[in-house]
Amino acid sequence: MSLYKLTLRELQEKFTKGEVTACEIVQAYTLRLNQLEPKVRAYITLTKEAALAQAEALDEKLKGWRRTMALMGMPVAVKDNICTQGVLTTCASRMLSNFVPPYDASVIARLRGQSYLLLGKTNLDEFAMGSSTENSAFGPSRNPWNLSRVPGGSSGGSAAAVAADLCAAALGSDTGGSIRQPAACCGVVGLKPTYGRVSRFGLVAFASSLDQIGPITKDVADAAMLLGVIAGHDPLDSTSANLPVPDYAKALKKKDFKKLKVGVPREYFAEGLDPEVEQAVQAAIEEIKQLGGEIKEIALPRTDAAIATYYLIATAEASSNLARYDGVKYGLRSKETGNLLDMYMKTRQEGFGPEVKRRIMLGTYALSAGYYDAFYGKAQAVRTLIRQDFEAAFREVDLIVTPVTPTPAFKLGEKSEDPLQMYLSDIYTISVNLAGNPAIAVPCGFSKDGLPIGLQIIGRPFEEETLLRGAHAYEQATNWRTKRPNIR
Amino acid sequence: MQISKSDVEHVAKLARLEITETERDAFSKQLSAILTYVEQLKTLDTEGVEPTATVLEQTNVFREDKARPSLSVEKALANAPESESGHFRVPRILE
Repeated sequence: MSLYKLTLRELQEKFTKGEVTACEIVQAYTLRLNQLEPKVRAYITLTKEAALAQAEALDEKLKGWRRTMALMGMPVAVKDNICTQGVLTTCASRMLSNFVPPYDASVIARLRGQSYLLLGKTNLDEFAMGSSTENSAFGPSRNPWNLSRVPGGSSGGSAAAVAADLCAAALGSDTGGSIRQPAACCGVVGLKPTYGRVSRFGLVAFASSLDQIGPITKDVADAAMLLGVIAGHDPLDSTSANLPVPDYAKALKKKDFKKLKVGVPREYFAEGLDPEVEQAVQAAIEEIKQLGGEIKEIALPRTDAAIATYYLIATAEASSNLARYDGVKYGLRSKETGNLLDMYMKTRQEGFGPEVKRRIMLGTYALSAGYYDAFYGKAQAVRTLIRQDFEAAFREVDLIVTPVTPTPAFKLGEKSEDPLQMYLSDIYTISVNLAGNPAIAVPCGFSKDGLPIGLQIIGRPFEEETLLRGAHAYEQATNWRTKRPNIR
Repeated sequence: MQISKSDVEHVAKLARLEITETERDAFSKQLSAILTYVEQLKTLDTEGVEPTATVLEQTNVFREDKARPSLSVEKALANAPESESGHFRVPRILE
């Protein structure tokens, strides 16, 4: 069997037993990348040569030694907004097209500590702002299931790389659905951990109160394994939670929903939901019932307000975070000469793409004198109401199930002219970031055009174990994960 | 809600963004549409509701005031567009 088809766990088992070397793994992926990456364009930077050198050193070091660490020798792709020491980290922006971080993000330090192999840095919407990767300064990635469709976004490159077997697993980041939505569009698993579960140190900030790093993988058990490595307290991120990390693999032992109450929010099945998506999600809910879950209709009454709330809070935070790109310390500086103010204005004009500028403008407006209370302050208060909705729902149920996206992956160019339409496609994922809860996307079917459909399962804060148990039980009872894209 | 072209110019200046005329006209239209959409929040009663700035419980996080290893000057300057004798170099500030 081709190595690139294996899950992270299967590959790790072969590696641990000594049936395959790290070099053979990198070589298998190099062949695959040479063949398919020109079509899928999942990566901004490939590091296969460095990975091969590391693999050679690793194989040499391991002669006669036991191989014990989970990610040792495992080929992983990393979203290009996560800092990797010595490896270009562009955020898919002209602004950072020459930025080589002098340090590793904490999640990368952990992976490096396990001797993982970095295959490359994956494409995204510029600064993670978008739902299709079309906002990348380096051109869009393609959906492996249909190359004329978007892979979703903003972690579209990571999701496409996992779906096309161009890496064994990947890291993404999720501010309003940027892990779950592309995972659903590409038919893979994507997990957004609870806010604070994973360190954000070294993740290039978009909206600091919403951003979270998480795994994108071929199946749920791989997501559990990768989460176990990256989760945990980090003194370098004061918003990381000082809580113990449970053994997530253990959570997968119960392969059912017995004694679990599963909420179905009626607001998520209203107008705008594609009938094929609705059908697939309803069938999944029926399956969960067969697996012993007690299904309960619930209400999340402020769902309608989530997009407006999100696009005020996220853009306000972004306008502040992106103020650092001033052409002084790193990144682009405009060649146009002038005084300091001119240099700022021209550098930012040249460095940022249209969507990033639009969001900086919106956020600056929402924070500006005379509008702060009416927009930003109001959005923060509504955010409290949205959190309260989730808290109330989770007093009644253990998990909530919903669609991930209103439609399967759309065509390239279909929504790029209308920013508001693009924002509206985030409706089912955005509330979760505002509330801080963990959520996972798992494949739950295909449209008649052969495009993947995703199921979202939402859990209580810091209860990723229950989330993973449910997602795993559903996944194991169905065979969606066995279907692979035929890339043409 | 209408965002005029001069509103756009004002906000762009606050954001330190130079914009072209085409961008100004597009932003005026797009921001008007987006802000009209977000105005729906006005219909929600938030009287007495505490704002959420973060979902975390913890407030101030302290550490010991102890020096730790940090980036060397060379590393900190390695990505600088322009540097000179251990400093970031910028264009003239005062005319």
